[in-house]
Amino acid sequence: MAKFNLKINGQKREVDVEEDTPLLWVLRDQLGLVGTKYSCGIAQCGACTVHKNGEAIFSCITPASSLTEDDITTIEGLSEEGDHPVQKAWQEVDVAQCGYCQAGQIMNAAALLNKNSAPSMDEIDDAMNRNICRCGTYHKIREAVAMAAKLK
Amino acid sequence: MATLNKPSRRDFLKIAGTTAGGLFIGFNWTSCDSPKVEVLSTEAILAQAQRFNGYLSIAPTGDIVIFSPNPELGQNIKTSFPMVVAEELDADWTKVRVVQANLDTEVYDRQLTGGSGAMPHSWERLRKAGATAKFVLVASAAKLWNVPVEEITVENGIITHQASKKSGHFGEFVAEAATMTAPEEVQLKEPKDFKIIGTAVKNVDNDAIFTGKPLFGLDFYREGMLQAMVQRPPFGMKIKSVDDSAARAIAGVKDVLVFENSVAIVGSSTWPLMKAKKVLNVSYEPDGSVESTEDHNRIFQDMIANQKGEVRREDGNVNSAFKNAAKVVVAEYQCPFLSHSPMEPMNFFAHVKGDKAELIGPTQTPDRARQTAAGILGIPPENITVEITRLGGGFGRRLAADYVAEAVQISKLTNAPVKVTWDRQDDLSGGLYRPAVRYRFEAALDGDGNMIGYKLKGAGINSGNSTRQDNFPSGAVPNLKIESVEYTSPITTNAWRAPITNFLAYAEQSFLDEVALEAGKDPVQFRLELLDQAKNSPTGEIKYDVDRMIGVIKTVAEKSNWGKNPSTKQGFSVYFSHRTYVAQVADIVQEGGTPVLKKITAATDCGIVVNPTGANHQVRGGIVDGMGHAMYGNLTFKDGLPTQKNFDTYKLIRMKEVPEVDVHYVDSGFDPTGLGEPALPPTGGAIANAIFAATGRRLRSQPFIEQEEFSDLNLVIRRA
Ligand code: FES
Ligand code: FES
Repeated sequence: MAKFNLKINGQKREVDVEEDTPLLWVLRDQLGLVGTKYSCGIAQCGACTVHKNGEAIFSCITPASSLTEDDITTIEGLSEEGDHPVQKAWQEVDVAQCGYCQAGQIMNAAALLNKNSAPSMDEIDDAMNRNICRCGTYHKIREAVAMAAKLK
Repeated sequence: MATLNKPSRRDFLKIAGTTAGGLFIGFNWTSCDSPKVEVLSTEAILAQAQRFNGYLSIAPTGDIVIFSPNPELGQNIKTSFPMVVAEELDADWTKVRVVQANLDTEVYDRQLTGGSGAMPHSWERLRKAGATAKFVLVASAAKLWNVPVEEITVENGIITHQASKKSGHFGEFVAEAATMTAPEEVQLKEPKDFKIIGTAVKNVDNDAIFTGKPLFGLDFYREGMLQAMVQRPPFGMKIKSVDDSAARAIAGVKDVLVFENSVAIVGSSTWPLMKAKKVLNVSYEPDGSVESTEDHNRIFQDMIANQKGEVRREDGNVNSAFKNAAKVVVAEYQCPFLSHSPMEPMNFFAHVKGDKAELIGPTQTPDRARQTAAGILGIPPENITVEITRLGGGFGRRLAADYVAEAVQISKLTNAPVKVTWDRQDDLSGGLYRPAVRYRFEAALDGDGNMIGYKLKGAGINSGNSTRQDNFPSGAVPNLKIESVEYTSPITTNAWRAPITNFLAYAEQSFLDEVALEAGKDPVQFRLELLDQAKNSPTGEIKYDVDRMIGVIKTVAEKSNWGKNPSTKQGFSVYFSHRTYVAQVADIVQEGGTPVLKKITAATDCGIVVNPTGANHQVRGGIVDGMGHAMYGNLTFKDGLPTQKNFDTYKLIRMKEVPEVDVHYVDSGFDPTGLGEPALPPTGGAIANAIFAATGRRLRSQPFIEQEEFSDLNLVIRRA
């Protein structure tokens, strides 16, 4: 076991886990931040997407112990009131079916807009292609990302 | 104690005689509005609310809680059910909170999600729940104001008596209403007067979903609970020996338990269990037939060629029809096993406490979860509570309770609260798949291109009846024979979104495309002629509504500009399943020698559309799902185990692989039918037929990408 500090959603959090523990399981099992989802565990679906210094990463394959110097943002910390432009657009477009993939989709979309505030439709498709939605909400995701870019 | 509703004791709760006191359990404040508005928590509302029936409680504040009994897995039932109650109540939707009801077989019937059956089953019950509550609220107002009931109007949660200028919100009348008896029969609204039904009410869980609140089964944690992962045997094998020394050596592993034919690893967090499962050494020995995909291919050939099927329907005389035919068309179609693969893997929480048990988690059939637990524990079902979480998808997988049984077993063995979590590989190898099926179709045409004979033989692996003998074209062909034959395999199968029809529709609609071509007829015209036959000189029983089927065909032909643009190659398909009619057209355009799949147009007749956003989600989602699995879905086996172990090899459709989907509805005015499934079946056929129209390649097996005919097509998918 190893003790180390993480900076999550602007707060310092001390954790005590095996060094190889992925951030995903530290968030869910140790810190009670269950908004970040598990689905594949091998960087294929994007359900576990969080931000490392504003960029989208797969938390399921990233050992938490490698992130001690980084700012981590999860869906719970994307905005205080659930009113990040991407969240607002997701509300407006009513994107979710089962909803399980949506935290990851939102985090990925927010990271895209951090890098590129006015993405083209093709750029949206490229960026969002790394997240699977088993319910098939792709049309609405696409529409919502485009709307969020305008809201920003 | 007054009863608000008599018609069905099972449907409605008895209303409590008094309100539950005005105590607030807690409340929140909206953050930025000033002056600050008090927003009651749902618990606080419930603490003082009057329960009118199984679906509805109203607080003196006018706040309304509507209970939604059926599991929510993305079909939007948690929003659309309450909309129906609120409609007949004439409620102010902004005052409505929705609560997922726990399993309660005394109060609700059919508390499950499957078969696209919830809305047709509950439509009238929900409306009555709202209407009877409104009836007693209005009667209470009339009594308190001493005015005739007929002079009272209700709008948006406000009861008004125009002449005396009296008005008040629902909450003001709940105490009086509690003393009243609701009528046996109650007047329901005319659909033209609907104010909430038919509007795009947003998903009631949006806030929680988009801010990452715990909602799903996997999000459930309880202080002191154990976590467990389970290693299951390959199909047709049993445990020979277990070497758990390496697994036990992983820090964080508390115990390794063998139960039935499985091995459970128990600890207090997930990651050590995942690591331990990788080094757990279990050897297996055959316990029946250990099968691979090559075996299934041989079995299919044998069933189709040599085995006598069970006759499901026989009309006229097929032998003479085929003997007298001017032309005979024959084709075989095959589909693989599929995994449901919801994004949230299987998981469940169980806490067995002596002769009682508590179950919490994602299930499509809470009562089956309870019955399963009761069977394992040998205790009465009434001693078991089931709390239904939101489901991260289901697609039929969570109709089964195998993963619930594991949680119960392990809780019993460890004498502790336990959450069982499956990893993705477990989810893909845990069985209960969509069965693999092969079909042989034969059609006899007369000299004018009329289909005078039709034969279908379905051969399935653990498929049950792999045909739907009374579906179209049955009734439209004078001589017809439909039979099925089944092979029993240790590889387990179960319902998968639109069971059987998820593949049968593609095979049949592709075959009919082949027949239309041989008959020299336009594919749409060919179907319409058959339906004309079904209408004017039907053969045998017809279990679909011919006019509704014609309705969706004509609508999709019009909306897709069927046949109007020679440079757009189109594929047509239509299917009736789960009481709903859906026709689809796929468009392929050649761009510089490359076929580009641009668009799928759909016309749906599901009767009244309760929530257009929810309906669009289901139709589009069903099409995306149907397309994804037709194109890519493939679960193959080697020695009793699936070859695909995660999403790197078990390919699901992604953002860049979906064309534009253009959705239309036929306003038939019928009561609403379900939409969770019916949009999926026609999609594979529309795409395959469009590919044929564009390239001359006929795709007779799924997944398309693995067929030889597909390999050098270079099909591109791009939105218009
Ligand atoms: S869970 Fe991390 S990418 Fe799928
Ligand atoms: S909404 Fe269900 S997986 Fe995306």
